[in-house]
This record gives sequence, structure tokens and C-alpha cells, in this order.
Amino acid sequence: MLDASVWITLSLTLKVALWATGINLVLGTAVGWLLARRSFPGSELLEAILTLPFVLPPTVLGYYLLVVIGRQGWLGGWLHDTFGINLIFTWQGAVVAATLVAFPLVLRSARAAFEGVDPQLERAARVLGLGEWAVFFRVTLPMAWPGILAGTLLVFARSLGEFGATLMVAGSIPGKTQTLSIAVYEAVAAGQDSIANALVVITSVTCIVVLLVAGRLAPFGSRR
Amino acid sequence: MSFEVDIGLSVGGDRRRFRLDVAFGTAALRTVIYGPSGAGKSLTLQSLAGLQRPDRGRISFRGQVLFDADQRIDVPARDRGFGYLFQDYALFPQLNVRQNIAFGLHRGLRNPTTAAGGQAVERWLEALELYEVAAQRPSELSGGQRQRVALARALVAGPRALLLDEPFSALDPELRQRTRAELDRLLDRLGLPMVMITHDPEDIRWFGEQTLYLRDGGIAERPPATTTVDAAPRFGPR
Repeated sequence: MLDASVWITLSLTLKVALWATGINLVLGTAVGWLLARRSFPGSELLEAILTLPFVLPPTVLGYYLLVVIGRQGWLGGWLHDTFGINLIFTWQGAVVAATLVAFPLVLRSARAAFEGVDPQLERAARVLGLGEWAVFFRVTLPMAWPGILAGTLLVFARSLGEFGATLMVAGSIPGKTQTLSIAVYEAVAAGQDSIANALVVITSVTCIVVLLVAGRLAPFGSRR
Repeated sequence: MSFEVDIGLSVGGDRRRFRLDVAFGTAALRTVIYGPSGAGKSLTLQSLAGLQRPDRGRISFRGQVLFDADQRIDVPARDRGFGYLFQDYALFPQLNVRQNIAFGLHRGLRNPTTAAGGQAVERWLEALELYEVAAQRPSELSGGQRQRVALARALVAGPRALLLDEPFSALDPELRQRTRAELDRLLDRLGLPMVMITHDPEDIRWFGEQTLYLRDGGIAERPPATTTVDAAPRFGPR
């Protein structure tokens, strides 16, 4: 019953979620810092647009993605013509979808975390002779880290369960782009209850393990 | 003359706008800038340190131009070489006492280790009686200890002047007096020029070799109207 394809699906799901989390950690931290510490014209509009994935139906988002990164899209066409890269119906496409859907989670957490850092500490570091990069890595980031990490864990959980946008962009190719949540849907739709049961149990156990590991890695609040 | 200052600077939005316009020189080794809260003391001190950028004028220290709006000179805070004591000390909460003191001596993108040391760090731990708490975090210290850590951190790199923002206001009255005496002795020994901002007249008595009165964003001729001393003087109709 638990044949190899289930494990392939699980590893594919983890791969997509980990990539999406990593990308979001870097991008979310950078943009969150920008929005928290720099005011520039259009910053409110930028935040609104970047928060959009949070409120839009994933299918609508998936459609936008198809329009932008599809072979006919401006970005997709450029990627194809320049690098020969095609994102549609690939696991990389699933990463793009999962990244976009979960981005507002890390952006909001990172922004709030950076806003919670006392600017006085950054001033103190500057007077003590630090350059701006050193101020960021030695004062700002360590202070904001627990909040950013919390957002990052949410991102991972959200990416793990991404369904709508992923289905539209990457499709449901077993062993190639079919992630756990899509596989569950397909199994139920096909009346394969035993496979659905197995997938649901695996997904649940995976999530519990993730939460346990996360709890170990990030003792929130008091310790740091 | 150490500092020569002639600057202007506006802060706040349209509704609460504040304009600072000050010109002064510090002839004495110890200068106290005195005034009520909201007079622009902090903005003045931060401008000297390079933490605020005035929109006009010029700041120089011992002949070296630190800021000149017309010539577009603005030496960044990190290169001005001043020690700065923040009102609430601004100690790094995730670092221990040693790391806080060694913070500025340590270059690069990583913080000093928990066992950070070196001659200068050891000297100041010793001089300010911080050896016993060297491994503790700021949150575990008393108010007086915190202030001494902040002072050690400001002095450890051998600054060419010390800027103090209401250095005693966070201490209880008894400790305040003792700490004034300690700072007084320390400054004498170091022969370091200092500029202190305060709203406590007692600080003038101790440190006001030269005193500047600041009021509503400008230098006033005489002490602000209230000369009777209370704990937190309030001035003006606002």
C-alpha cells in the first residue's frame, strides 16, 4: 500500500516547502527591514501589493502567475528565450507558487519584528564605530530574529499545504510536481481511500515532526 | 575651543513642527547644556555625535569640520570618535557586560564572544568595579551598574570627547549624588572634554564649567524662568 511513490511525493513536498521557506526568509527579511526602517514614496502601495497573496484566492494568484511566468508571459518568455528556463509544470514552478502565497506571512512578521527593535540601540552601535552592515547583522537582526523565525515557521507550514496556486502553475504530475496536498485530493477524487488515508497520516505526522523540531530550534521569547 | 556649532534643524510633521537653531562654542573642558524637556537638547547632542543631520550650518571639533551643509561634509557617527552615554544607556540586551564593553573594539559582522577581553576591556571592568558582573546580561544588573557599563563602553576605545545625555536621570537620588562624584573624578583623571545635556540644575553645579541655556529650540541669554528646583521641572504654557 505504501509504495515508493508516496515517499517520492513526500520528499518532493518537503523539497518545495524548504526552497519556498529559504527564499522567503531572505526576501521577507530584506523587504520587511526596508518597510520598517526606510520611508520612500510608494512604500504603502508596495506593502499592499505584497500582502495581496494573503487575501486573494490561490486560484486567482495561480492565474496571475500563469500570465506572468507562462511561456507567453513577459517574465516567462524572457526566461525561456534567455536561459531556456520553463517554470510551468515543473517543481520549480511549484516553488514559485508556494513562495508567493506564503510571502505575506514572513513579511508581516519581519516588519513587526524590525519595528520592535529600539532605534536607540542602532544609534549606540553607530557611535561605537560600526558601519551600516555591521549594525544590521550585530544589532538589528539578532534582536528581530525570534519574530522573523516565527514567521518563517508559518511560511514552512503554509508552503507544505499549498494547493490552489501550485495546482494551476505546476499541475499534478505524479513524481514530478504532485505534492502531498494535491495527491490527497487526487486520491479522494479517484475513490482510493486507503491511499488517501496513508497520505493524510503522513502529512499530519510530518507537520507534527516539523512543529517539534521547530520548538527545539527556536525557544521563543525569553532565551534570546 | 573644542566644539564650534552653528546649526539649524527641523523635526516633526506639519502638525507638530519643531525648529532648532543654535550657535555656540565650548571654551571649557566641561560644558552643560541646560533646559526643559522639549527645548532641543537631545537634538543638539545628537547632531554633535552625527546621529542627526542638521539642515543648515556647521559643526567643528578642535578645528576639524564634522559637518558643513554648504560643503556637503557630514562625517558619519562611526568616524567622529566620540563617546556617547545614552539616557537609558542603550545597552545591548542579548550581550553580557563584557560583550557590551568590547562591542566597539570588535570589527566585522559578528559580535564579540562571551569571553571577549583585551587590555582595555579588563582595565575598565576593573576601574568601574564591574568584574563581578562581567558575565551577566544588562537585565540582571542594578541601575548603577548599568550606567557604569554604558560609561565603560563609551570610554573603552579612548574617545576624544564624551557626550552625555541626562546621565543621572535614571538613577535614584541617593545614587545620583554618588555617581556625580565618581564621574567628576573620572573626568578629572582623563582630562576629557565633555558636553552634557540635563534638566537637573544640580548637574550645573557639578559640571557646569560653562553652561548654555536652551529654550524652545534656541540659546537663551539667561537661565529659563524657573529657578526654583523641583524633581522634574516643567516650563512654559504647553
